[in-house]
Amino acid sequence: MSAETAQNARRSGGASLFTDQRFRSLFYQALVVGLLGAFIVFIVFNTAQNIEKRGIQTGFDFLSAPAGYDIAISPFIEYTAQHSHGRVFLVGLFNTLLVSALGIIAATILGVFLGVLRLSPNWLVSRVVYCYVEMTRNVPLLLQILLWYAIFLGLPSVKQSMSFFNDTFFLNQRGLILPEPLPSDGFMWVPIALIIGLVASFIFAKWAHKTQDATGKIYPVFLINTAMILGLPILAFAAMGFPLDFAYAELKGFNFKGGMTIKPEFTALWFALSLYTAAFISETVRAGIQSVSHGQTEASEALGLRPSWTMRLVVLPQALRVIIPPMTSQYLNLTKNSSLAVAIGYPDIVQSFGGVTLNQTGQAIEVIFITMLVYLTISLVISSFMNWYNNRVRLVER
Amino acid sequence: MSNANTNTSKKTDEVAIQLNGVHKWYGQFHVLKDINLTVQRGERIVICGPSGSGKSTLIRCINRLEEHQQGDIIVDNIELTGNLKHIDAIRREVGMCFQHFNLFPHLTVLENCTLAPIWVRKMPKKEAEEIAMHYLERVKIPDQALKFPGQLSGGQQQRVAIARSLCMNPRIMLFDEPTSALDPEMIAEVLDTMIELAHTGMTMICVTHEMGFARKVADRVIFMDGGEIIEENVPEEFFNNPQSDRTQKFLSQILAH
Amino acid sequence: MSLTEQQYAPGEHPDLPAPLGEAGLIAWFKKRLFSSIGNTILTIITLYFLYDVLSTVIFWTLTGATFVGETKADCTLGGACWLVIGDRFHQFMYGLYPKTEYWRPNLTFVLMILAIIPVLFDKIPHRGKFLLFSTLFPFIAFFLLSGGLGMETVDSSDWGGLLLTLVLGVTGIVASFPIGIVLALGRRSNMPIVRTLCVCFIEFVRGVPLITILFMASNMLPLFLPEGVNFDKLLRALIGVALFSSAYMAEVIRGGLQAIPKGQFEGADAMGLSYWQSMRLIILPQALRIVIPGIVNTFIGLYKDTTLVSIIGLFDLIGIGQVAVADVKWRGLAPETYVFIALLFFISCFSMSRYSLWLENKLHTGHKR
Repeated sequence: MSAETAQNARRSGGASLFTDQRFRSLFYQALVVGLLGAFIVFIVFNTAQNIEKRGIQTGFDFLSAPAGYDIAISPFIEYTAQHSHGRVFLVGLFNTLLVSALGIIAATILGVFLGVLRLSPNWLVSRVVYCYVEMTRNVPLLLQILLWYAIFLGLPSVKQSMSFFNDTFFLNQRGLILPEPLPSDGFMWVPIALIIGLVASFIFAKWAHKTQDATGKIYPVFLINTAMILGLPILAFAAMGFPLDFAYAELKGFNFKGGMTIKPEFTALWFALSLYTAAFISETVRAGIQSVSHGQTEASEALGLRPSWTMRLVVLPQALRVIIPPMTSQYLNLTKNSSLAVAIGYPDIVQSFGGVTLNQTGQAIEVIFITMLVYLTISLVISSFMNWYNNRVRLVER
Repeated sequence: MSNANTNTSKKTDEVAIQLNGVHKWYGQFHVLKDINLTVQRGERIVICGPSGSGKSTLIRCINRLEEHQQGDIIVDNIELTGNLKHIDAIRREVGMCFQHFNLFPHLTVLENCTLAPIWVRKMPKKEAEEIAMHYLERVKIPDQALKFPGQLSGGQQQRVAIARSLCMNPRIMLFDEPTSALDPEMIAEVLDTMIELAHTGMTMICVTHEMGFARKVADRVIFMDGGEIIEENVPEEFFNNPQSDRTQKFLSQILAH
Repeated sequence: MSLTEQQYAPGEHPDLPAPLGEAGLIAWFKKRLFSSIGNTILTIITLYFLYDVLSTVIFWTLTGATFVGETKADCTLGGACWLVIGDRFHQFMYGLYPKTEYWRPNLTFVLMILAIIPVLFDKIPHRGKFLLFSTLFPFIAFFLLSGGLGMETVDSSDWGGLLLTLVLGVTGIVASFPIGIVLALGRRSNMPIVRTLCVCFIEFVRGVPLITILFMASNMLPLFLPEGVNFDKLLRALIGVALFSSAYMAEVIRGGLQAIPKGQFEGADAMGLSYWQSMRLIILPQALRIVIPGIVNTFIGLYKDTTLVSIIGLFDLIGIGQVAVADVKWRGLAPETYVFIALLFFISCFSMSRYSLWLENKLHTGHKR
């Protein structure tokens, strides 16, 4: 098209308005805006007509209307069927965040562990991890969620629950039943001790750093800090005379009384999300560590640094730059994938709000809009963190 | 041709490095064959030879970046075995410069230089920085100390790498083709630094094709081919009167242009 | 040590075999499995773990499994009960497609393979002609599957199983390819409005889960259309899938465009080519070659993601599986069903990822040379 215009322009002496670069750019953009505008008007018009014809309500009033249905899993937020759809939104959002956060923690730990094993000089170990990674990555996540759910539902019934540790833990098709912790008076000292431990280890790390700068003496900071963070709460716990009781679950008739139940919906989703994402994270970690050239390790070792220091001072700081960006996008994927909860009825935001509420109110546009907004916000927050981090650690080049 | 060797040799009778019947294989490939070499303290040795002749492998065995399979390597009276203590001790005494510099891109020039003194020599930061600045001055780039390696030219990077090794106060320096990744105009600045270092009496082993450098500072030139030491001699004899055919051929190729 | 050794003249030393345990099989075992005490312990633990897992898996899938029988009652060995797969195998493959017409999906499948080969491998004689066939293939496939012109028409709601999964995946990738190119070019355009629109679309789609887009397609699309126009369920899902994958495709292609050195753009400009000419003749051919592995990876992701359509009521492999599991006759056989489906997915996804890896290596070596 533009070749023709160029020819025309040549014939007409090259002064046509359309050959002006600025004008042409403006023209194209006006065209795009016009087409898009027409498309939007078309859709809005149709939608308005359809909504009127089908008698669908509009607006956000439904958020305060009673939901009228139960939600099986709502830890921390009180919810009954009398609560509003707005409350449903909160419960769903919280459930999404809960399973995502726990999934991210588990996937990171497992993924880093597997990534390091994958680089093990031990051939057998690295092959086993390779098989695991390939098996997990190449099967749809939805299928894995359904499979885990099927496995949990295939567990014995309540009557024949498996019991562990002298009838304190039970596992059956309704979930994992744990004793419920009942802290008594002195227990508050344990979290306080933990905070003290954290603060102390932070101060110690700073002090150790300063001392090293001043005198060159190196302290085993990691070991001492771990001991403080774990040890202080345990000490406090013991000093207060173990101020923690458990309400043990007991089988009464067809159900368990007392204790806490972790539902199979949650466990299946959590397992599948963590295991699936861990496979991807392990590849990221492996690629990141391998991206640091062998010359770096050699130079560090030639300087006399031990392998553990080489790892900490030379390899890891460089590998992390490579690892963190894809890692955050894995976190984002995990959060988005948690929406597959809908397949097994874990009441996350898509299942409860985007599913049941949508069907009950019929207000598809508002509900889907709000649901998408939640994910967009999460994405935006995580990716702006990623940009900030990338800018911070970028290597300075000529 | 007159003797271009301008140095006043600081060679002593003390043995710095001794290799006895060293063999090395990569898989079934025999890379080092029966290498016997004694380096006196203060001696400067240049190793040359065609690529794949095992010269890099040889000096990388000296600080155990590569493991040899037969024979003994004794550095500073410490024998290189699997013993990690020995390896640590030797690496502290032996500095090394690489063909591709291998500076740490995430650390500044100064941090590159202070890393090992702080963590290996357990030196206070200030002292390490003073030493680092001292050596950066010696390689003539103290003003670049706070830049990152990526901001420097190749020649500057290699000089930082030399300073970085010197900060550990090594008694022996190994150079693995330090100028072959550099543009011609930068080779001179690195060679000048190396010549200056040679004049301080440092024990040096250089794998290089810079024959001018060899003539100027080397006490001995070693020619390797096919994993063996073919010929070794003082530079004058080596260049003017090469004994073996292979040496002659190599020299004619390398000096032809 | 060297004293015992035979002396050779300089340059005469022969290549000797490595000492025992330094090369070959023994060295390999020593180095890779038993190099230190820790390593040896790791090897033993792994071997035990492998034995444990493999023996369970082999028992469940093979030795303890039932392959022959009529009902669930025949499965008495304690392992998997594969009878459900055999019983519903046709559904897993074709859904509710009429039995007499199975030759049509089969033929489509064969044609699909023929259409894909020239796309994937560039050393085929007469590749150009084959590529023409590849571009025509989607229309042929649509005609073959849905019928008309003397063939029995088959409603798309009867398509199911692997057939539907393939239809979704292939259509998604084929449709998203041109949209992705336009979006990628738009994102790199220097017209601010065009650029902003493309960025917004791409980031929006990548920021939300596929399931919300599918919900949107199935619940909101009917509201957007004028009265009387009605898309069937499959078409709605296809639109959602295509929109979703086009955003990801755009990013892959943008990566390829970014990898093209600036000199190529400048060279094209210097030759006096117009924007579209330089894109079509110089930039895109190079960029697309680089991104084929990325496209294959996107396809693998999309192919796995097509399973989500089971949530909006289509009968893809998982949808069919859920029907099978709900059957009273086969109740409780969910693990068997899902493992079977997982195996189908694994085989196809794994081979595709190997292909993309192979291609990547080939491209890399090509660049080095």
